[in-house]
Amino acid sequence: MESEQLFHRGYYRNSYNSITSASSDEELLDGAGVIMDFQTSEDDNLLDGDAVVGTHYTMTNGGSINSSTHLLDLLDEPIPGVGTYDDFHTIDWVREKCKDRERHRRINSKKKESAWEMTKSLYDAWSGWLVVTLTGLASGALAGLIDIAADWMTDLKEGICLSALWYNHEQCCWGSNETTFEERDKCPQWKTWAELILGQAEGPGSYIMNYIMYIFWALSFAFLAVSLVKVFAPYACGSGIPEIKTILSGFIIRGYLGKWTLMIKTITLVLAVASGLSLGKEGPLVHVACCCGNIFSYLFPKYSTNEAKKREVLSAASAAGVSVAFGAPIGGVLFSLEEVSYYFPLKTLWRSFFAALVAAFVLRSINPFGNSRLVLFYVEYHTPWYLFELFPFILLGVFGGLWGAFFIRANIAWCRRRKSTKFGKYPVLEVIVVAAITAVVAFPNPYTRLNTSELIKELFTDCGPLESSSLCDYRNDMNASKIVDDIPDRPAGIGVYSAIWQLCLALIFKIIMTVFTFGIKVPSGLFIPSMAIGAIAGRIVGIAVEQLAYYHHDWFIFKEWCEVGADCITPGLYAMVGAAACLGGVTRMTVSLVVIVFELTGGLEYIVPLMAAVMTSKWVGDAFGREGIYEAHIRLNGYPFLDAKEEFTHTTLAADVMRPRRNDPPLAVLTQDNMTVDDIENMINETSYNGFPVIMSKESQRLVGFALRRDLTIAIESARKKQEGIIGSSRVCFAQHTPSLPAESPRPLKLRSILDMSPFTVTDHTPMEIVVDIFRKLGLRQCLVTHNGIVLGIITKKNILEHLEQVKQHVEPLAPPWHYNKKRYPPAYGPDGKPRPRFNNVQLNPIDEEREETEEEVHLLNSTTL
Amino acid sequence: MATLWGGLLRLGSLLSLSCLALSVLLLVQLSDAAKNFEDVRCKCICPPYKENSGHIYNKNISQKDCDCLHVVDPMPVRGPDVEAYCLRCECKYEERSSVTIKVTIIIYLSILGLLLLYMVYLTLVEPILKRRLFGHSQLIQSDDDVGDHQPFANAHDVLARSRSRANVLNKVEYAQQRWKLQVQEQRKSVFDRHVVLS
Repeated sequence: MESEQLFHRGYYRNSYNSITSASSDEELLDGAGVIMDFQTSEDDNLLDGDAVVGTHYTMTNGGSINSSTHLLDLLDEPIPGVGTYDDFHTIDWVREKCKDRERHRRINSKKKESAWEMTKSLYDAWSGWLVVTLTGLASGALAGLIDIAADWMTDLKEGICLSALWYNHEQCCWGSNETTFEERDKCPQWKTWAELILGQAEGPGSYIMNYIMYIFWALSFAFLAVSLVKVFAPYACGSGIPEIKTILSGFIIRGYLGKWTLMIKTITLVLAVASGLSLGKEGPLVHVACCCGNIFSYLFPKYSTNEAKKREVLSAASAAGVSVAFGAPIGGVLFSLEEVSYYFPLKTLWRSFFAALVAAFVLRSINPFGNSRLVLFYVEYHTPWYLFELFPFILLGVFGGLWGAFFIRANIAWCRRRKSTKFGKYPVLEVIVVAAITAVVAFPNPYTRLNTSELIKELFTDCGPLESSSLCDYRNDMNASKIVDDIPDRPAGIGVYSAIWQLCLALIFKIIMTVFTFGIKVPSGLFIPSMAIGAIAGRIVGIAVEQLAYYHHDWFIFKEWCEVGADCITPGLYAMVGAAACLGGVTRMTVSLVVIVFELTGGLEYIVPLMAAVMTSKWVGDAFGREGIYEAHIRLNGYPFLDAKEEFTHTTLAADVMRPRRNDPPLAVLTQDNMTVDDIENMINETSYNGFPVIMSKESQRLVGFALRRDLTIAIESARKKQEGIIGSSRVCFAQHTPSLPAESPRPLKLRSILDMSPFTVTDHTPMEIVVDIFRKLGLRQCLVTHNGIVLGIITKKNILEHLEQVKQHVEPLAPPWHYNKKRYPPAYGPDGKPRPRFNNVQLNPIDEEREETEEEVHLLNSTTL
Repeated sequence: MATLWGGLLRLGSLLSLSCLALSVLLLVQLSDAAKNFEDVRCKCICPPYKENSGHIYNKNISQKDCDCLHVVDPMPVRGPDVEAYCLRCECKYEERSSVTIKVTIIIYLSILGLLLLYMVYLTLVEPILKRRLFGHSQLIQSDDDVGDHQPFANAHDVLARSRSRANVLNKVEYAQQRWKLQVQEQRKSVFDRHVVLS
């Protein structure tokens, strides 16, 4: 919305000559009084002369308070296209909600007319549940497809199942009796590439062959993924959660949730995961689910025509996405509530709950991992934890917070480099290089060669007697007569020490690669790599504590709980706490994260350690920077996202933030009944503002309503086509009654139906705290600033974001509360404000040295505003 | 008419999507009904015990029989040790659906293959065809217009041309070109201008 509208002094003097020439503060204060008098006298005139206004207001107020916008005057035929939005614009929640209520009333009132209308109203009432059901079904099915295909393709890097090509390694050896206790994954049906090509399974030659094939597959998967993304759906890259957050807060990105994005994201997500890059499928699954929600909402007019209602479906869809990504339905609902959703009424909560349930059910019946679970790394522990363990858990929390802060800094710096320098011009090459480095470094280390989910599974799993991995290579006391479940702490064997070394290397490798991987142009999620890092760190700490307790069981802290032969430390639990802490440090989620992790384990008793670690990591992370990775990416891209979590504590007033600023040209306004079609079209062409306040007349400056640029253009265009006698010199009339015109003049064009007659207004003295609150809570797109009923200016969402950013960076010294007295804001003037060059940074963190961006970009940023 | 066509297209894609979801669901049910014999297993992992090394036993057996006594055959220990040995074994009954896996992989690979073919067509074949059809000069001109050599670079042209003609085939072409324009726009904002998703 056009905010940058300025005051034109010359104009001002034309009508309020004597008053404005005052320059000192005192005179200004006097002057304000004079204006008031002047206004009141004119007020009477207005009320006498134009009773229409009075009637209208009583009508609206007399009805319901909520239905203040009679957007579509029922008398007029609605013009198709009015009330829709352009790409990269912000929706007006208030307007959309009014529209929906209007529609609902219409359907309800017709309900009793006929059986058909009754059916229609029933269909309408049920469509909310239907659409979330369909969304849940589709996202569950797609998640199953992604899981199965990704597992298969990941194993394709190692070898192939000769007896049945479509089986992955584990399924291939499913029924085999040849597996042994030590080498559980070897079976004759599964052939590694070296076996197939060289005919031998052992030896340096086959190792090199496998190495080469691993790199070859990784590179070709990565290349396919990035080229599919580039050719068919560029919006399919990245994790998608920052964009979905922005979309849910009311931004329009056309095509972001479309069918091509859905298809390409699903297909390339499998390729990206299989290529072994340090990324996960969880974030993109949320995007996939949201695409399903968006596509299915087109089947129901209730949702396809209303952007606010559509966002309710998307909230539910994102819950379904997390539900299938982690097998955590409740965690999904909470994730939707805590992290992505902007407007989350109870009704949406229930629908999210239901969508998550349906999606989890579908995925469970597909059973993609063959373990009757929804995720690969589901674990079950039964051992208790002890009070002293809180200390290492909190240490893990500190590590998680530090990792989160480091990752956000480093990743944002890298992404900024990609965004602003030449290096961003080679997305395909970048993906290939990152994939090549990952593959080359990852193969020699068995822990990085594994699929990340499998790595997490292995780290989470506790060492029972049945485990044979080197992580569980403890020196066993064979004569122990204890039974399976309760194994005492044991001294670590050689295998464990070498595993710790490998894990340390894997940790460093993962940390570095994840920084460079998140943000490349393939679908890439962040959850799994973060969890892997935390799990590695946690497992190392866990083993260390375990050995400490074993060798020093006479220390006072261990004495009470860890006697010789007691099983008191579970390294797997440490891995899980570490995973939660790292994820918490990166995303700064708390409740939903704990619930997700707890649903992964199905053990209520570990909630307290998880909470302690997650809270610590959030505190530590917040000490280094308050925003999570998603907010940081939103800021980096400059999306118009008004974060509800931040507090606004400054004492500025609406008058300090509103546009036009003091030296700008006057606010571009329309008058209610004495402009012609040509005038309006000129104004639309000359300015780039997205909406215009409508005033009574140039003399009175009183606010009538607000008309959006898009609606104006569409309405005028359709009127010229469909109505006879509308020419350039036709009067445009926003008032209820057309003014009496000379007989020979052309027919007036009535545009009352597109006029928003209850725009939000604040007075110029309203503190910005309140204005920001109004914008956040109501989801406004713009708000007019008035003084004694006179339009002074306008505040848009973009102005608020700019202001917040300025306040944050202290670009402007804080204005004292009386600041507004120094200059009086003259009333705004006529329509002929020249479009001034719009300097602007929606990109909220202006980087001065990077200003040399293309002009196109600046242009697009301008239109991004609202 | 164009909106009608667009609506039809949209409906078609929606239907196909829901068909896909439904078919996957159906397949799941179907494969559950005709449970393959080899789709269930009872796997017992027995840790080393005395002189016996660890061993994995695997058997197709119903869920109620999934325990050490039924699965571990031949029993490596005798007499009183059987109970102690079996206490250490962990038996897990697992099932999978091989049909679902097979169908999923086939669906996935065929979609991937189609997309790859289409991608090859768009990036390699179509420019050559265009060059043959429209001659060299026009190609240079349209290249200059858009300024890059990426696929769809001439979408503007074709879009303008196809508007004038009107039959069903052209409607398809129109929809396709419109889509190409959208993708081109997306590509510009993601890869060239870096305004979104960077």
